[in-house]
Amino acid sequence: MDQLKSLTLDEIAKAETIEALEAVRVKALGKKGALTEEMKKLGGMAPDERKAFGARINEVKAVLEAALSERKGLLENAAIDARLVAEKIDITLPCRPEAEGRIHPISQTIDEVTAIFAEMGFSVAEGPDIEDDFHNFTALNFPPDHPARQMHDTFFFDEHAPGERLLLRTHTSPVQVRTMLNQKPPIRVIIPGRTFRCDSDMTHTPMFHQVEGLLIDETTHFGHLKGCLIDFVRAFFEVDDVPVRFRPSFFPFTEPSAEVDIGCSREGGELRIGRGAGWLEILGCGMVHPNVLKNCGIDPDKYQGFAFGMGVERLAMLKYGIPDLRTFFDGDLRWLKHYGFAPQDVPSLAGGLAR
Amino acid sequence: MKFTLSWLKDHLDTKATLAEILERLTMLGLEVEGVEDPAAALSGIIVGHVLEANQHPNADRLRVCKVDTGKDTIQVVCGAPNARAGLKVALALPGTVIPASGEALKKGAIRGQESQGMMCSNRELKLGEDHDGIIELDANAPVGKALAEVLSLDPVIDIAITPNRADCLGVRGVARDLAAAGLGTLKPLDTVHVPGKFKSPIQVRIEASHACPLFVGRYIRGVKNGESPAWLKNRLTAIGLRPISALVDITNYITFDLARPLHVFDAAKVKGVIHPRLAKAGETLAALNGKTYELDDQMTVIADDEGPEALGGVIGGERSGCTESTTDVFVESALFDSIRTANTGRKLQVDSDARYRFERHVDPEFAQVGMEIATRMILDLCGGEASELVIAGAVPDWKKSFVLRPQRVAQHGGIHISKTEIERILMGLGCTVSEHGDGILASPPSWRADIGAEHDLVEEVIRVYGYDHVPAASVPKLSAITSPVLTQLQKRRSLIRRTLAARGLNETVSWSFMPKEMSKLFGGGADALTLANPISSDLDQMRPSLLGNLIQAVGRNADRGFADHGLFELGPQYAGTKPEDQSSMASGVRVGQMVERNWAGTARPVDAYDAKADALAALSIAQVPTDNLQIEADAPAWYHPGRSGSLKLGAKALAWFGEIHPRVLKALDVKGPVVGFEIFLDALPPAKARPTKARPALKASPFQAVVRDFAFLVDKSVTAQAVLRAAKSADKALIVAAQVFDLYEGKGVEDGKKSLAIAVTLQPTDRTLTDAEIEAVAAKVVEAVSKATGASLRG
Repeated sequence: MDQLKSLTLDEIAKAETIEALEAVRVKALGKKGALTEEMKKLGGMAPDERKAFGARINEVKAVLEAALSERKGLLENAAIDARLVAEKIDITLPCRPEAEGRIHPISQTIDEVTAIFAEMGFSVAEGPDIEDDFHNFTALNFPPDHPARQMHDTFFFDEHAPGERLLLRTHTSPVQVRTMLNQKPPIRVIIPGRTFRCDSDMTHTPMFHQVEGLLIDETTHFGHLKGCLIDFVRAFFEVDDVPVRFRPSFFPFTEPSAEVDIGCSREGGELRIGRGAGWLEILGCGMVHPNVLKNCGIDPDKYQGFAFGMGVERLAMLKYGIPDLRTFFDGDLRWLKHYGFAPQDVPSLAGGLAR
Repeated sequence: MKFTLSWLKDHLDTKATLAEILERLTMLGLEVEGVEDPAAALSGIIVGHVLEANQHPNADRLRVCKVDTGKDTIQVVCGAPNARAGLKVALALPGTVIPASGEALKKGAIRGQESQGMMCSNRELKLGEDHDGIIELDANAPVGKALAEVLSLDPVIDIAITPNRADCLGVRGVARDLAAAGLGTLKPLDTVHVPGKFKSPIQVRIEASHACPLFVGRYIRGVKNGESPAWLKNRLTAIGLRPISALVDITNYITFDLARPLHVFDAAKVKGVIHPRLAKAGETLAALNGKTYELDDQMTVIADDEGPEALGGVIGGERSGCTESTTDVFVESALFDSIRTANTGRKLQVDSDARYRFERHVDPEFAQVGMEIATRMILDLCGGEASELVIAGAVPDWKKSFVLRPQRVAQHGGIHISKTEIERILMGLGCTVSEHGDGILASPPSWRADIGAEHDLVEEVIRVYGYDHVPAASVPKLSAITSPVLTQLQKRRSLIRRTLAARGLNETVSWSFMPKEMSKLFGGGADALTLANPISSDLDQMRPSLLGNLIQAVGRNADRGFADHGLFELGPQYAGTKPEDQSSMASGVRVGQMVERNWAGTARPVDAYDAKADALAALSIAQVPTDNLQIEADAPAWYHPGRSGSLKLGAKALAWFGEIHPRVLKALDVKGPVVGFEIFLDALPPAKARPTKARPALKASPFQAVVRDFAFLVDKSVTAQAVLRAAKSADKALIVAAQVFDLYEGKGVEDGKKSLAIAVTLQPTDRTLTDAEIEAVAAKVVEAVSKATGASLRG
């Protein structure tokens, strides 16, 4: 038995392949193996002898199995190592082609603006691009002879009835009117959308985007308008201390009206939002004119509030340093790749609006 | 609106600096658009004293001067005829930038004589046109001092006036606002009546009082219409007006000083009586700008017995214009209807300073006062003697008053301003105020037609008090945790946008318009959707589909060398002019190769299935049950008829997809292949509303699923959808999936047939299937597919 053990252990150590090792195992432990043959002798033994011999066999079997297992592990690892040496690839080859598209800066900017105002409880309202005179002008307190009603500012369609012609909305404000006509205060909405003006040069395109805002309740005053927009511009530009200036202005649909400037510096020819010597105009706003409330069926003695409007492209240009308005609508792949955003960049206040 | 600082100070007594004035103007809503401070351009120019001026040895016209700079004495060669000893001059030293040339002065030698500086003319310093000689400064000017400090230079301020502030179209109105805001006091205006010495030989009879309610006239005889004095010419020049003659300059000056347009007729050329009236159709006017206008019966003219002499409130006529030989004049200070003036000016395309003011608002009470001031100025500058006033018509009633409740200022403005302060501000603006219970009864002045109700007064108070003094307050939150606000459509758009981008398509934004001809390729072209006044014929039709603009954009990119890519857009398209005719779309196109050539595989051009995959991915993220969609080959005409389809739920198409029709590509001059899809976002079924976000329990069967493959031989026209539907219907309890894994046509398959191989998955839930059961289901699958499609199992 000891000889069998040492002989087999020696053979295990010398086995150079898995197959050779298996042959050794069969020779010793297989159905007709040497140790198996020894076990068959147990049947003819007296109980005492059988017990001692059995224990002896089991002991040898355990030793051989452990040695086989260990040797097998070694040989398998060696085989893997040998295979891997042959399996080397050129890891510098490029990946298989994949494409990832980009989100347009206008969409991304609207998503950012929405995230901020949603936090302040504003929902998002929308309305049609093709409007009538009432929603675009009359309800908004434009006098009948206001220059904006002339051909040179507004896109019109041919008259569909004598003296009545539809137009492309010149601002998103008609949706304010539609909202107030359909909903009782309190109202908090923002209105992003396409707007159209008969203008085309270096700094104007016949179509552009605005975000309008409207808040109507019983207590909101000019101080809230200031607070709301200061909170907005600081969150949007992600500059905590950007100075904000409210300058009196005039719009038919608000009173008092203001234009809002933010601080900037232009040192070294680079525009930077924040503290500095300059001001940049970014939006118009004001307290909703009582005539507008009246036109929309809201009692101006009971309700009051503010409205504001800003150009989406302008916000995007200022925040992301995009130089030319006209390029927004070209669909130029190089521009989209350069100024666009990854689809995973969903703006949130928790994670920051922009990377 | 431009004015100079000294001009402003004619009306405003103030110690404020230029910077303080500019800041307050902007904060009053009189936005400063620019300031030209001539002092800034003169930096480095000093007062020099010519000690000696000797003849240049080599040039007759040049002199060699010794000039005291205050620090030392330098030599300057000068060609000016007036360069002489004793003169105080404007001296530029080397390194100083000369305003006219914009270049820095260098030391040099002129004809062999060193010159260490330059004595400047008015033109060289951009202080005037004069270049006959060098500037001769006052003999007392301190040598070495900066020239800018010695000359009384007048900064020019340019402000933007909003359409409601007609009163600030005169310098005095601007001064009044500044005074009301506490930046000084408004100086009194000399409005004393000039008594007439005779009765005017020209009389006025108004024939259209709605167009011209008031006409104040005066005859002045014996005037001399020469050049204006320097101060007047300088002011007009500073604000960009060209001095013409004293009489014309005076009317221009009063227009800009007091927002009171005037007109002066050469009295000798006026025939008979002056009639303000409406023009008769066919009348013409040869105007002062050299153009002749055809008038219509809606335009106001100032006519004499021979016809129109001027367009009321717009422009004067040539026939009665003043010249140097004019001796007797008739001065007009009238009121003209603003809308009529605006319409006339717009129709005839005349922009004049008078029209600009009359179409906004001109102070009705000031017509007569303006005449007194004009008379005094004419008598001062041109001499002569004035007639009695000729007054036709009357000042229209403009007086109104209303109560301002002081608490409204706090309610709307968010700031408490005391009643005393409110009254002070209103009075500063020219309102008269009196007590009225708890409120203030205020009457706005005649020059503020824009103030018409209590809320206008609230605005004025807050504006003058200063927006910058209103404390900012954040909008109160409605709840501690903000609720979601987006609608389902808005959320879907966002998800679809980011899904399509993640699939490799680039988002673009294109015009809502397209050329009318192009719109016809996509089922559009209705006249109702054609713009009456497009920017160009390329942009004259509302788009019936997003695809046209997208296809053109990929074509442009391909021309730039990007042959393989895709674009998409989320936006509107228009089937009509009603709000419900506008559809919210998600549309996209792909061009060129879907898989570009690469070392690991082969290139593959885009095909209809790529567009289908884009559409299905978008529908899927929008929670549309895509398994239930019907796919039909009925996409509209701009798709390839054999390689396109629609995705339908019931009868409603949710999307179209496929290869773009080659004729459409040809018309758009874009090389294919191009595939596209259009998703109707408004048509998507609403996602099921659920009471909780909990998902149904996972039912994962512990029993092995079995997959069986079948190869069917079917007619070519049989769709995969029909085969799969039939296979699935064979045993709805056991069959959980059926998929096509191979399609073969060609050798070994007879003509007109195809081999379609499908894998059917059986998933038992309560036991392991026996071979006999599996065979039974397989037989049912074969039977169902054969019955539905005429298929036979391929041997």
